[in-house]
Amino acid sequence: MHDQVPISWYLILSATLFALGVFGFLIKRNLITVFMSIELMLNGVNLSFVTFAHQWHAVKGQIFVFFVMMVAAAEAAVGLAIIIAIFRARATLAVDRIDLMKL
Amino acid sequence: MHLILFLLFAGICLAGAINLLLQSHPISSALSLIVVMTSLAVLYLLLGAEFLAVAQVIVYAGAIMVLFTFVVMLLNAGREERTMGSRTARAVGFPAVVALLAILTTVILKTPGLGMVGAQDPITATEDLSRVLFHELLLPFEVTSVLILIAILGAVALASHGHGDPHGNQDPVKTGKGSPNA
Repeated sequence: MHDQVPISWYLILSATLFALGVFGFLIKRNLITVFMSIELMLNGVNLSFVTFAHQWHAVKGQIFVFFVMMVAAAEAAVGLAIIIAIFRARATLAVDRIDLMKL
Repeated sequence: MHLILFLLFAGICLAGAINLLLQSHPISSALSLIVVMTSLAVLYLLLGAEFLAVAQVIVYAGAIMVLFTFVVMLLNAGREERTMGSRTARAVGFPAVVALLAILTTVILKTPGLGMVGAQDPITATEDLSRVLFHELLLPFEVTSVLILIAILGAVALASHGHGDPHGNQDPVKTGKGSPNA
C-alpha cells in the first residue's frame, strides 16, 4: 500500500501541464515558443489519456495517444513551415508585429 | 520505489514546464520541452504503457523537437522582447487559466473510484496494442498515413522558396521587393 500512487495525482499533473501550456500560450511573445506551448498542452492531455487507459484497463486509450502523436507530428511540420513562410514575408517572429488580421 | 519515481519525474516535468515559460530564448525553451517530454515518457512507463514511452521519446523528444530546434536555428531566433500582450489576455486569460486549473483539480479530487497505480500492475504489451490497432482500427490508421502524406506535401509547398523561382535566391525580405504573400 505504501508503494502506490493515486491516479488522481497523475490527473492533477496532467491538468497542471495543460494549464501551464495555456499560460505559456498567453504570455509568450515568440511565435515558436507559442507553438511549443501548444505541444505542452498536447502532452498534458496525452498523460491523462494514458492514466485513464490504466484506470479502466483499456487499450484504446493508449491507441488514442498514438493517433494524437501522429497528428501532432503532422501539425508540427505544417506549423513550422507556416512559421518559416511568415518569417520570410515579415522578417520577424514577434507575435505583436504579426497582426495583419487584427481588427 | 514507484512513489519515489513518480515524485522525481513529476517534479522534473513541472520544473521543465515552468522553465519553458521563464526562459526568454527559444532554444532554452525547446530544451526544457525536451526535458518535459522525456520525463513524461518515464511516467508512461510507470503507467504500464511501454510502447507509448518509446514512441514518446522517438516521435516527440526525437523528431518533433529536432524540427523545433532546427527551425529556431534556421531562423536565428533571438531573445524575445517582453511585452505584456493584449489587455484582454491579462484580464480574461490569466483568471480563466487559474479557474480552469482549480475546477479540474477539484473535480479530480472529488471523483470517487479512482484507483491506485503500483509497481505490480500489468504492463500493456505492444502485441495487444497492435492487435487492436491493426484489426479494429485499421482504417483510421491508414487514414492517418494519408494525413501525414498531405502534411509533408503541405510543409514542402509552404516552405519552398517562392513559386516559379528556379534559382531560389530571390529573398523578398533582403531584396525588399517582395509582397507579403510571396
